[in-house]
Amino acid sequence: MKSAHMLCAVCLVLGVFLLNGCTKSTPEDFAKTLQERLISAKPGDVIEIPEGKFHFARTLSLTVDGVTLRGKGPDKTVLSFAGQTSGAQGVLIKANDFTIEGVGIEDTAGDALTIQGGNHITVRSVRTEWTRGPNEANGPYGIYPVECKNLLVEDSVAKGAADAGIYVGQSENVVLRRNRSEYNVDGYEIENSENVDAYENIATHNSGGIGVFNLPNLPRQGGRHVRVFNNQMIDNNTPNFAPTSLGPIHYLPTGTGMYVMAIRDVEVFHNKIQNNNTVNLYIINYKTGVDEDSLRDTAASPITQQIFAPEDKRFDPFVQSVYVHDNDISGGGRAPDNRIAGVKMLAAALGGQLPDILYDGVVDPKWGRKGSNPGQVCLQNNGEAAFLNFDMPQMKHPVRDLKPYTCSLPALAAVSIPQAPDAGGAAGEK
Amino acid sequence: MRGTSRNWGMAFGLALLLATGCSSRQSVQAHVDGPYPKKLSDWHLFTKSTPKLTPNAGVVPYDLNTPLFSDYASKYRFIWMPAGTAAQYREDGPFEFPVGTILAKTFAFPSKEKASGTSSGERLIETRLLVYAKNGWVGLPYIWDTSQRDATLQLVPDPVPVHFADGGGKAHDFTYVIPNANECHECHDNQKVMLPIGPKARNLNRDFAYAEGTENQLAHLARVGYLQGLPGSGEIPKAVRWDDAGSPVADRARAYLDNNCAHCHQPGGQAGYTGVDFRWTQTDIMHQGLCKSPNSAGFVGALRYDLVPGDPAHSILIYRLESIAPKVSMPALGRDVVHAEGVQLLREWIASLRGNCGETLVNGE
Repeated sequence: MKSAHMLCAVCLVLGVFLLNGCTKSTPEDFAKTLQERLISAKPGDVIEIPEGKFHFARTLSLTVDGVTLRGKGPDKTVLSFAGQTSGAQGVLIKANDFTIEGVGIEDTAGDALTIQGGNHITVRSVRTEWTRGPNEANGPYGIYPVECKNLLVEDSVAKGAADAGIYVGQSENVVLRRNRSEYNVDGYEIENSENVDAYENIATHNSGGIGVFNLPNLPRQGGRHVRVFNNQMIDNNTPNFAPTSLGPIHYLPTGTGMYVMAIRDVEVFHNKIQNNNTVNLYIINYKTGVDEDSLRDTAASPITQQIFAPEDKRFDPFVQSVYVHDNDISGGGRAPDNRIAGVKMLAAALGGQLPDILYDGVVDPKWGRKGSNPGQVCLQNNGEAAFLNFDMPQMKHPVRDLKPYTCSLPALAAVSIPQAPDAGGAAGEK
Repeated sequence: MRGTSRNWGMAFGLALLLATGCSSRQSVQAHVDGPYPKKLSDWHLFTKSTPKLTPNAGVVPYDLNTPLFSDYASKYRFIWMPAGTAAQYREDGPFEFPVGTILAKTFAFPSKEKASGTSSGERLIETRLLVYAKNGWVGLPYIWDTSQRDATLQLVPDPVPVHFADGGGKAHDFTYVIPNANECHECHDNQKVMLPIGPKARNLNRDFAYAEGTENQLAHLARVGYLQGLPGSGEIPKAVRWDDAGSPVADRARAYLDNNCAHCHQPGGQAGYTGVDFRWTQTDIMHQGLCKSPNSAGFVGALRYDLVPGDPAHSILIYRLESIAPKVSMPALGRDVVHAEGVQLLREWIASLRGNCGETLVNGE
């Protein structure tokens, strides 16, 4: 008994000692030391972050090229920004030849992982999450590379973003693969980007699964050449929780499996697009996709009229050359999002439900193409997917018949980047 | 034994030297390449730090017509250039400075003793050096030690709790966040090039009470050989003082926006993509956000337009300046409390604007 008591006393002392040790080295000290290491880093440095949950009150930033930031795994090494007091981003990277892997980033005030203007960027096994789940005050983006070149995002997870879980914007030569995005407003957004392969990704329980589109107002225009294949966009029916202040995303209909907007040269194949309650696949021009309210704001603003949209001369609002083939598309449109006026009107006209694939049929008169499919939207081998061209311009001549759209387009070339030379997924390959 | 006593003597002398603060009779030391000195005293910019920061020979103090608001901190600015070099005057934007130029800005708050009424002193918190090194401008944050004798280079300075009463007797109690070395770039970069912000002709064009008498700052800089190409006084622009009740409200508001917002909100700045341009030289109010919806992220509740004429309460500009929450507050860095007097000025300005933005001012939601 006595010895047991003594042991306990030793335990207690040791316990107090350990606790003291802990409070001494964390949490601010760890954040500070890591930030110092990032500021003092040299090209070629690999900065290892141990297992544990580390708290950050401020943005963690890196501007040195050639650095690798490596944790022990997305659930083991956690950078928590809960209660962040300064800076909007969590991790902010402005550097080339950067790799981040095996790290979880939680509860940032704004975007979780921002990578600005980098060449040769790899994001691997990263998790970004707002742990309270969907909430309009969550940060807009989880993984947010913008104006990057040769970008690989793989084996990562994004949850709870008030705009997109995994976003790629104004970038070129991009591979997104084997990621999982859930409980965000948009699962994935590929915006104003060129030469993008997105494959073997999962989008589920978002408000929308994958968006491929161009927007005006942004420095880089002319996004095109996007392949989306072997992905699953299933059951994206979480009510849209984006605040109005985030702009057009607030108007994304809940239950959108995939949308292709204001872009050309898109190939969508070998995907499962199922059970998205507004529509499984939405192929539209800019004015159909972006709600009239936000367009009116834009138009009402003299400054945007002068500088940007809709008079952004560089911007092409039309959608064309979209090849959708060999997908498993089913169970869409069973409970359309009546919050959005256009969706409500269309669903009402169609008896309350919408088909799997909706196309607005808007074409640019300047193309001068004749025939029944001047937009070159080709739909082939998509199972029993129901289709409707709802003839947005006139709302007079809807087309349900797939025949005019049963065509094929040349397969787009695979994207090759140095970090993933075997990105492969050559057209037609399963 | 002899050697030992000499060492003792040296140690004694050193101790005396330390006791007087950054005491030094050496001339200013330029460092145009890293590694940079760990101690501020190694630059020899100041001969004394207590009771008052006293510049070394050749280190010229200056003030700005309208400064950046920094949590009510007092700011002491100094400039130094290598012998035989001078800045080239420019009408707009910062001057073209020679390599080796040092801009030193020291931030201070009333000391605890002052807060309790037993002293009129201030506590030096940090001195930020902006040095024109071989490869461009470099920002170096030096943090003052508690003895106030010297400051140490810290790439990631700790936040500092601050308590004091402002001029109006209002108590302030907050955590003052010192930007880290990376964060210098957030405000100072334009198209990825780091630049000074304050020392522009329009902002320096005012009198300063130098030890040898009061003189216009630009004339003084030219007279001591630090400035070339200064035109006649009639051709030099002059920004108003934001707190000069004798100047038109619109001019004061524009001066405030120029120095508190335009470092990011201008073409090429960190927030250039927003399309909002708050530079003094931008005279078209459309570019200051009149009836403009934001085109990017940022949490602005149900508000729609940056500036709603006649309606400060529905203007996003005011909403963001009255917040201290990350993701909402502006400027995004360097402000931990609301600048009540600055916000009041902008409210008056917006209230004076004519027109409307159409029928819908706020969302129906």
